Amino acid sequence: MDNLGNLLDGFANVVTPMNLLFALLGVTIGTAVGVLPGIGPAMTVALLLPVTYGMEPVQALIMFAGIFYGGMYGGSTTSILLNTPGESSSVVTAIEGNKMAKAGRAAQALATAAIGSFVAGTIATLLLVVVTPPMVQFAISLGAPDYFAVMLLSFVAVTAVLGSSRVRGFASLLIGLTIGLIGIDAVSGQQRLTFGLPQLADGIDVVVVAVGIFAVGEALWIAAHLRRKSGEVIPVGQPWMGKQDWKRSWKPWLRGTALGFPFGAVPAGGAEIPTFLSYTTEKKLSKHPEEFGRGAIEGVAGPEAANNASAAGTLVPMLALGLPTNATAAVMLAALQQWGFQPGPLLFTRESALVWTLIASLFIGNLLLLVLNLPLAPAWARLLRIPRPYLYAGIIFFATMGAYAVNAQPFDLFLLLTLGLLGFGMRRFGLPILPLIVGVILGPRAELQGRRALQLSGGELHGLVGGWVSWVIYAVILVVLLWPLVGRFVVRPLRGRLVTG
Amino acid sequence: MSGMTTRPDRGGDQPPRPPAVETSVPPIPEQPGAERTPDLPGAAWPATGDVPPTVLEPAVEDGPAPKPDRAQYGVCAFLALVGGLIIVDATTRIGHAISTADPIGPKPVPILLGVLLIIVAVIYAVDVARGGTGEPEAGEDVDLSSPIDWRTVLLLIGAFLVNAVLIDPLGWVISGTILFWGSAFALGNRHYVRNLLIAVALSLVTFYTFAIGLGVNLPAGVLQGIL
Repeated sequence: MDNLGNLLDGFANVVTPMNLLFALLGVTIGTAVGVLPGIGPAMTVALLLPVTYGMEPVQALIMFAGIFYGGMYGGSTTSILLNTPGESSSVVTAIEGNKMAKAGRAAQALATAAIGSFVAGTIATLLLVVVTPPMVQFAISLGAPDYFAVMLLSFVAVTAVLGSSRVRGFASLLIGLTIGLIGIDAVSGQQRLTFGLPQLADGIDVVVVAVGIFAVGEALWIAAHLRRKSGEVIPVGQPWMGKQDWKRSWKPWLRGTALGFPFGAVPAGGAEIPTFLSYTTEKKLSKHPEEFGRGAIEGVAGPEAANNASAAGTLVPMLALGLPTNATAAVMLAALQQWGFQPGPLLFTRESALVWTLIASLFIGNLLLLVLNLPLAPAWARLLRIPRPYLYAGIIFFATMGAYAVNAQPFDLFLLLTLGLLGFGMRRFGLPILPLIVGVILGPRAELQGRRALQLSGGELHGLVGGWVSWVIYAVILVVLLWPLVGRFVVRPLRGRLVTG
Repeated sequence: MSGMTTRPDRGGDQPPRPPAVETSVPPIPEQPGAERTPDLPGAAWPATGDVPPTVLEPAVEDGPAPKPDRAQYGVCAFLALVGGLIIVDATTRIGHAISTADPIGPKPVPILLGVLLIIVAVIYAVDVARGGTGEPEAGEDVDLSSPIDWRTVLLLIGAFLVNAVLIDPLGWVISGTILFWGSAFALGNRHYVRNLLIAVALSLVTFYTFAIGLGVNLPAGVLQGIL
C-alpha cells in the first residue's frame, strides 16, 4: 500500500500546470517524431538532451517519457497510411493496417491502434507499478559480482538475441565499449585512448555519441539513398470504430498487452518479437482468418497493443536496475547520468519523488495521447508531406546545435561528424546500432562493478562469481552464447528422432 | 503544396557510377564535383572500405552469389585496426597504476577489448568469405535500390564542416544559417531565397529560445551586442 501512496503523491506532483505542460509538450513532440519519417524517439531524446540542462530533471524526464510513449502512437499512423514503417516496432502493424487503409478502413485502423495503445499502455503502466518495487527490493540485495553478471547478460542479450547476425552485433558492441573506454579511468586516473588530446580526457560525452550515431548517421544515410518520390499517403478522416470493430479488437488488445509487457522487461526485449508473436497469435485465433492479408483489424489491434505494452515493460529494468533494453531507454539513462543521478536500484529509494512522478506522468501522458491522436489523426497525417530536404537539414541543424551546446567547443562538432560517419558505415554494412549505444552507456559501469568485485577478492578471478544469482546469470549467458551449437547438436537430432520415431 | 517542387535536379546531372564500388570518405568536401574524379586515394578511411587489397579471393565457396559485398572486408580491417590500436595504447601509453584498492589497474580491460575486437574481426572476415552480408538499414525515405549518392553526402559533410569552422568566429546565427541552407541545397532543394529566409528564421529562433531563454551554450560571435 506504500506504493499506492507514493503513486498518489506522484499524481499530486504531476498535476501542476508546469509539469502538465511538459507532459503535453512531450507527447506532442513524440507523436510528431513518430509520424515523421527518419526521426524516432531515441534520436529526439538525444537531440533534446542538451536543451534540458537548464530544466528541472523531473520536467525533462516527464517530457522524455511523453516522447517515448508518443513515438509508439505516431509510428502506427505512418505504417497504416504510408505502408513504410519507420520504427521496427511498427513493421507488423503495416501488414494489415495498410491493407485496411487501402480498403477504405483507415479510420478504423487508426482508431483501433490508438485505443489499443491506450488500453495497453495503461494496463502495462499499472503492471510497472506492481512489478518494479519488488524487483528493486531484490536488486538492492545484489552485490558487485552479481551486478557485473547482470550487465554482461544485457550485453550478450542485446547483441546475440536481437538482429540477424551475431558477429555484426558483437562488432557493434565492441565499438561501443571502445568509445566508452576513452578518457580518464575513474579508478586509477590514467588516461586511456586519449592520444594526448585534452578534449578527450573527460571521455566522449554520451550526448555527442547518441546524436552522432542516431541523428547525423541517420541523416547522412538517408541522404545517400533519398527516395525521389515519397510514397502515397492515403487520405483519412476522423478515426472511429463500429460495434463490430470493438468486438473484434478488445481481446487482441489484452493478448497483445500480455505479450508485450514481459518482452519489454527482459534485457533482450524490444518490441519486434512481441508484435510479431501477437500477429501470429491473432492470425491463429481469429474467427476471420480469411481476412488476414487483406486487412484484418485484429492484426492491427494486437501488435499495436503489444508495442505499447513493451514500451512500459522497458521502463521496469531501466528504473529498477539501470539497464537499457532499447535505444530510447538507453538515451534516457544517459540523461539521468548527466543530471547527476545514479541509475540503479537505489534510484527508487533516493529519488522516490522523481520516479513516482515520472510513473504518474505516464498515465497522464497516455490519456493525453489518446486525446491528441483520435481527433487529430488527419492533422498528423499532413506532417508526412513535409519536404524531405527541410526535414533532414533540420535534423542536422539541431544535431549540431545540441552537440555544440554540451561543451561549447567546435572540437565536439568534428567528433560528431566522425561518429556520424561511423553511424553511416554501420547502416551501410548492416551493423545494429543498439549494441553500440548500450556498450557506451553500460561499459564504464560494468568495468567499475567488475573491478570493484575483483578488489574484494584481491584480484583473483573467483571474485567475479558472487551468490547464486551470478551463477544463474552466467549459465543463461552461456546458453545464449552457445545457442547455435545447442541448436545444431541437441535440438536438431532430437527433432530428427521425433520425426523418424 | 508549396514544398512539393523540391529536388528538380534529381537524376539529371549525375554521372553514372559503378554501383558496387565505393569510394572512401575523404574529408574534402566543398567542391561539389569531388567524387567525380574517380581515383581518390582509397585507403584513407578503412571503415567504408575500398575494394580490399589485403584479403585476396577467399570467397571461393559462395558459388553464384550475386556480387559478394567485398567492401565488408574493410569493416573487418577497421575492427582489427581499432583492436590493435587499443592494445598498443594500453601497453605503451597507460601508466602502471596498480594499488591495493584496485588490483586490476587500468590496463587489462582495454587489452581484453582489443583482443576481442581482433577475434571478432577474424570471425567477421570468415563470415564474409562464406558469403555473409549485412542488410543495409531500410527506412521510410530510404530507397535501397539506388546506389549511394556520394555527391549529396559529400555536400552535406561540406556544409557541416563549414559550420564547425565558422561557429566560433562568426557565431551560431550566421554559421547555423549557412548550415541549414547548405544542407537543404545538398539535399536537392533549389528554392534559394525561401531557404535562406527559413534558415535565418530558424537560427534566430533557436538562438533566442535556447541560448538566451534556456541558457544553452551557443556563441553570438561577430553579432555580439547586436542580438
